[in-house]
Amino acid sequence: MGRTQRGGALMRESRAAWLFCTPAALGLLIFIVVPFVLALAMSFTSLRLGSPLPLEWVGLRQYGRIFSDPAFLQALVNNLIFALTVVPVQTALALGLALLLNQRLRAMAVFRTLFFMPVVFPLSLVAVVWVLIYAPGPNGMFNAALSALTFGAWQARDFLHDAHLALPAIMLTSIWQGAGFQMVVLLAGLQAIPGELYEAARVDGAGPWQRFWHVTLPQLRNPLVFVVIVTSILSFRVFDQVRIMTHGGPHDASTTVIYEAVQAAFDRAQVARGAAMSVVFFLVVVLITLVQRRLLRQEREVA
Amino acid sequence: MNAATRQRRNGKPPVPGGRWHTRAFSYLFVFASAALFVAPILFMLVGSLKPDARVLAEAGGWHAFWPGSGASGQNYTDVFHRVPFARYLVNSLWINGLIVALGLPVNAFAGYALARLRWRGRELALAAVLAILVIPFEAIAVPLFYELTALGMRDSYTVQVIPFIANPLSIYLFYSFFLGLPRELEEAARVDGAGVLRTFLTIVVPNAKAAFASVTIVTFLFYWGMYLWPLLVTGGPSVRPLPLGIATFYTLPPLQWGDILAFGMMMVAPVLVIFVIFQRWFVRGVAATGLKG
Repeated sequence: MGRTQRGGALMRESRAAWLFCTPAALGLLIFIVVPFVLALAMSFTSLRLGSPLPLEWVGLRQYGRIFSDPAFLQALVNNLIFALTVVPVQTALALGLALLLNQRLRAMAVFRTLFFMPVVFPLSLVAVVWVLIYAPGPNGMFNAALSALTFGAWQARDFLHDAHLALPAIMLTSIWQGAGFQMVVLLAGLQAIPGELYEAARVDGAGPWQRFWHVTLPQLRNPLVFVVIVTSILSFRVFDQVRIMTHGGPHDASTTVIYEAVQAAFDRAQVARGAAMSVVFFLVVVLITLVQRRLLRQEREVA
Repeated sequence: MNAATRQRRNGKPPVPGGRWHTRAFSYLFVFASAALFVAPILFMLVGSLKPDARVLAEAGGWHAFWPGSGASGQNYTDVFHRVPFARYLVNSLWINGLIVALGLPVNAFAGYALARLRWRGRELALAAVLAILVIPFEAIAVPLFYELTALGMRDSYTVQVIPFIANPLSIYLFYSFFLGLPRELEEAARVDGAGVLRTFLTIVVPNAKAAFASVTIVTFLFYWGMYLWPLLVTGGPSVRPLPLGIATFYTLPPLQWGDILAFGMMMVAPVLVIFVIFQRWFVRGVAATGLKG
């Protein structure tokens, strides 16, 4: 093949590449990059819908305001509690289920289907159904179940209107809906572990616990990092359940960052303030993602 | 292929299930947790068949999971009388169908260009996609709303479809799938004189069914449940999808739980049916988003 001919092929390839990428690039630019830049820009202004005051550049004043807003601080704390509770509980549960389903037992495919089923349920539907499950009074399903478990010692509570129970109630709902997703990812990871590793460990005289600590967990590192990170990010994205189940209440006990941002921007027309909250939320997500990339890179270096 | 399947079978730890009591304990534990996971779904199904008053009244005992006498499809017909369910369903199907149908070619083309074609700016474009992947939708919902309202797109199908066609996660999934395809197939076609587009359409796409299936399922599942965006951009039932439909139905007096659960069953039924039929792809798609990360 001559040089010019190859050059022509390369040019055609490059032209095709630009054509192939243009629709996607336009979409990402207009609907993600531009609004993202807008969010940053808006957060430095005084933009407020229907306000008679002129639009001003206010620097970091919006950020100062949101960080002295008790509802927003409560929202940040709630998201943090959410992440610190749901991530370990849900991951441990999912890992336990994945280990159980990874055994050579009958009907495991059926059980996998059952555990995964809640994942396909839209969150809005899950929220509505769990409002019914948390119904106040001894007849409510959750109240009745707790009463049966404590041999009648449990006093019926109104979970979603109780400042101490509203957030935990939403967390439990999320665990129910999300554990199946984690389980499927971890199960796929478990099935990718070569059997020889276990055999070698057995030859070396390792018991079940030692095999779990020294073979299963290290081999499962990447899927584990992934599910932990995804669940952490999801913990900061919580909105649907809060909006439907509690409206952030009672007294901001179950509010979240996104719920506050939407409230500010849409219910109170404080667009700039909502934008500043969105930016803070984004920074949290970036932080979590950086941790993930770092953990995965370490893994690659070790391997 | 053979080696891979053998390895997968070997992946199961050889020990548990050995002694009968470990086995019995495993079954017991799996069975108990499965019961907890299924209980809300069963409660929903049974409740949707009961007269409204009995749903809550019987929620505190085993009757919650047994329809008993008087079970009927009344709630299901009531839903259609009380809210425009068919409208919501058509809206959801149409919006999701468009997002998937337009998104597949757009993202597959981009993923292919990033994985296989030689062009200046490829590295930069790939880095940009990975950076954009980090931006969660919730972080841009507020400005996106004002941007699209300024363009006069509120309260329409367009505003619910257009922002989601180009998708960084789909591009990335296609990209990593195409990277893993053997190059020989394409090279043979190119030697035979096929252009880039023809090679892609006739050689690559038919060999990438798994990627298309995974992306379809992940996209569909995600947007089927989308609530925040339609909440912001829709004003009335005419273009409103199901997730917003059930949230408004739940606040519509009188509160009749049987009707709400019937609405929920009908809303989740399409996804459940697709899930049960295409389970393998579902799990593979979900696991793929997980293991590549």
